[in-house]
Formats: sequence, C-alpha cells, structure tokens
Amino acid sequence: MVRHLTAVLAAITLALGAAGCGDTGGDDPADRTLTVFAAASLTETFTELGKTFEKAHPGVRVRFSFGGSSTLAQQIVQGAPVDVFAAASPATMRPVSDERLTADAPRTFARNRLVIAVPPGDPAKIRTLRDLAGRELKVVLCAPQVPCGAAAEKALDVAGVKVTPVSQEQDVKAVLTKVRLGEADAGLVYRTDVRAAGGQVEGVEFPESAEAINDYPIAALAKAPQPGLAGEFVDLVLSAQGRAVLTRAGFESA
Amino acid sequence: MPWVLVLPAVLGLAFLVLPLAGLLIRAPWSTLGTRLGEPQVLEALRLSLVTSTLATALCLVLGVPLAWVLARTGFPGRGLVRALVTVPLVLPPVVGGVALLLVLGRRGIVGRWLESAFGVSLPFTTAGVVLAEAFVAMPFLVISVEGALRGADPRYEEAAATLGASRWTIFRRVTLPMVAPGIAAGAILCWARALGEFGATITFAGNFPGRTQTMPLAVYLALETDPEAAIVLSLVLLTVSVVILAALRDRWVSTP
Repeated sequence: MVRHLTAVLAAITLALGAAGCGDTGGDDPADRTLTVFAAASLTETFTELGKTFEKAHPGVRVRFSFGGSSTLAQQIVQGAPVDVFAAASPATMRPVSDERLTADAPRTFARNRLVIAVPPGDPAKIRTLRDLAGRELKVVLCAPQVPCGAAAEKALDVAGVKVTPVSQEQDVKAVLTKVRLGEADAGLVYRTDVRAAGGQVEGVEFPESAEAINDYPIAALAKAPQPGLAGEFVDLVLSAQGRAVLTRAGFESA
Repeated sequence: MPWVLVLPAVLGLAFLVLPLAGLLIRAPWSTLGTRLGEPQVLEALRLSLVTSTLATALCLVLGVPLAWVLARTGFPGRGLVRALVTVPLVLPPVVGGVALLLVLGRRGIVGRWLESAFGVSLPFTTAGVVLAEAFVAMPFLVISVEGALRGADPRYEEAAATLGASRWTIFRRVTLPMVAPGIAAGAILCWARALGEFGATITFAGNFPGRTQTMPLAVYLALETDPEAAIVLSLVLLTVSVVILAALRDRWVSTP
C-alpha cells in the first residue's frame, strides 16, 4: 500500500519533471532527467543504481516510477514519456514490445524466485509447499492476473499441491504486508521481498520454485526523450556492477 | 440565464461526464453479452450490492444517532469530534484499511480479543468488506444528516417537549420524520460511496472471488490482464448504480 502512495507521488513528480523538461527544451546538457519505469520489486535495487548513475553523470537526474508492471506497461502504451522500462515478467513487457515501443529487443537482466514468507520464528512450522495445504492455515497468494500470482500457480501445480488462499492480493507487496502484520500465516512472495523486509518475515525456500522463475526484462524505449542516457542506464543494469547490486538483493543473475 | 454561471456549469458537467463517454466509446460492444454472463461478474456484482447495502444499514444505525449528538447536544470538544468524523474522508482508503487491520486484525487491539473470546476473525471475510465500506462511507451520512438536523426548525421539538414528550419520543415522532429526506439523501450518498469502495476493502478484507471480491476489486484485477473486461465491469457497476440512484432519489428525496 505504501507502494500505491509512492506511485502517486512518482506520477506527480514525473509530471512536474516533464513540465520542467519542456522549459529547458530537454537538450540542455547541464540539466537532464532520465525517467525509468520499473516493477515494484525493483524499488530498492534500482534506487541504488539510479544514485550510481547520477554520480557517474553529473547534471543528470534519474526519476523512477515504481509500480505494478502491467500498469506501467499500459501507461507507456498510452504515451507516458519514459526512457527505460524494466518489467517483472516477459508477459508484462509484451504489450510494450508488441507496439514496437522498445528501441531494441528487451533483455533479461535478473531472475527472481518464490519463497514462502512466514512470520519470524515460523510459528506454523512450514517447511515445504505441501505444508500450506489442508490445514487450518491462512495463506495469501497474489492474484493469478499479476506475475507473482502466475508464478505461484505454476509452482503449486508442479508440486501437485492445492491451496485455498484466504485472499488473492493485487501485488506481491500486499501479500508481504499481510504476513508482516500477522494476518496471514504464510504467503508466496519473491525472495527479494523477504530480504527487503529485513527481519520482519522469514523466507522458506522450496525446490518447486525452480519451475516458476520470473525473468525480468529491461529495454530502452523507442520514443525515449533521452535516448543516449536510456541506453547507458540499461548498460549499467546489465553490467557486472549492476548485477552485483541485484544479486545482493536476492535476485539471480540472468 | 447569466452566462457566467451557465458556462462553468456546462464545463463542470462535461468534466464529469466525458470520462464516462470514454468508457462507452472503448467498450467492446460485440462481446458484451458473453462477458456479462460470466459467473464471476454476477458473483462480484451480487457481493457488491449486498455489502454496500449492509454497510449503509450499519451507517444508519450508528451514524444517525451520531449526527443527532453533534447537532442537538452541546458538549466540550464537539468541534474536534466533528472533525474526527470526517477523518475517513481525508484518509487515503488504503491507509484506512491498514488502520482497520491494526485494530480489528488478528493481532489488533480489538481483533485479538474478538478472536480469543468469540472465535471471530474479521479480515478476509464478507463481514470485513462491510466494515471497510462502512468506515469509508459513514462520514457522508453523518454530515448530511447533521446538516438536515441543523436546518430543521427546533421549535417543533420544543413544542413536543412542552407537551410532555420524552427526548426519545421527540426524536422518534418529531425529529426523524422532519429530517427523513436528509437521512435518505445521506444514505444514498453513503451507499454509492460504499459501492465504489476499493482501497480499504482490498487492504482489510483482501480479495477472494465470491467472498470479498467486490466489483471495484474485480475491475482492478481485470485491468492487469484484460482492460476490455475491466471496462465492461465498470459499465455494469455504473449502470446498476445510476439506475438505483435515479429511482431512489425520485422516490425518497423530494426536491422543494
């Protein structure tokens, strides 16, 4: 839910930033703004990479809009002035690449796998996916319409486990919140989410997650207001330095 | 008619109605029939109508007395209480949902007691949807009923009191009938707000088809994968609410 607030704030700052750009013509090398739309699960890593990028390019500001990948994709298709798009799944990148809005073919820069998020100390003693089924447990999953829900469905299918969740949340951070507040006994989230939550939840790894790994694609956009910078930012994310930041957060390198 | 009023009025109307026209233009009319017949749509619509009606009933039971206290009694700090009543109007609904979780959730101050004493757990239930909707919608009712009470002539109540009627009898036999149009208007606003409620509901009650997935939640999730389906769902919600609101307004709220 904090994500929604930040999304709104990001939209506002974005609008202000775009207006500011118009005043200076956008070509002034002393004051340039790079706009990056990125999946919510990239909030921590991309913020860090944005600072690195700003340090390497004096006078350049990197603005992020973090949100649900499909929402961001729709905003891009509807004409939002964006330089770089990083999505949480190939399926959510597709509307953008289908409209030929990417400068080059999207490239996979990271992979994320699911873990079972449980409250600290794992009070319900959950060790495997099978432990989620058939008990008086409150399990929350992502809705099948969003990438983490599709991945959860696949992993449960592979394991042959049938889970009836109490709720199908709108995004992965909402699942995390329910576990964090103790309203749910367990939820399926990405490994990176557990790591970002500090000690407030614990992650239980399970082998079936290997069958439902999410690829994260990134692309500079064809109508990028800052095409040069857009390409350089994509290069940074794909570089050894970028991968190091992503790996530290729990992503697997692509 | 003075154009200084008519021009902004027309612009205002266009501003409110044009987005609706946008939905109508983009609606996938050819597949509308099959989409409407899908059981999930009917399920979400039924749940929306039931929960918003129950939420309105809850708001009436609690909100009318609250409005009466605010309008008819003087107590220190009344201004503050009135401001507090409007908190849900200002609070982003998702934050309201978190606040409800912190109070009525499994580990919440009240929720913990409810669970241990009665075995009642509100999050992820239809009752939770009703509570979330009532939380967000109640200020609309309280504000309109309080306004109606302040506008009503207190001399009728005073006359009843001089004739020996108790305060409860006066409230029931004089006050309520006098402000009935205000209550009806408030209830309709409250119902409409509850029907469209999204943030507090998805945060407090979660999203599960048939149990807590109301129309706005179904619209939001449809938008993730199938924007056309989202438009259809929005149109259904809009049509139903406009028909009900138009019918009720004419019947209940007499415009002087």
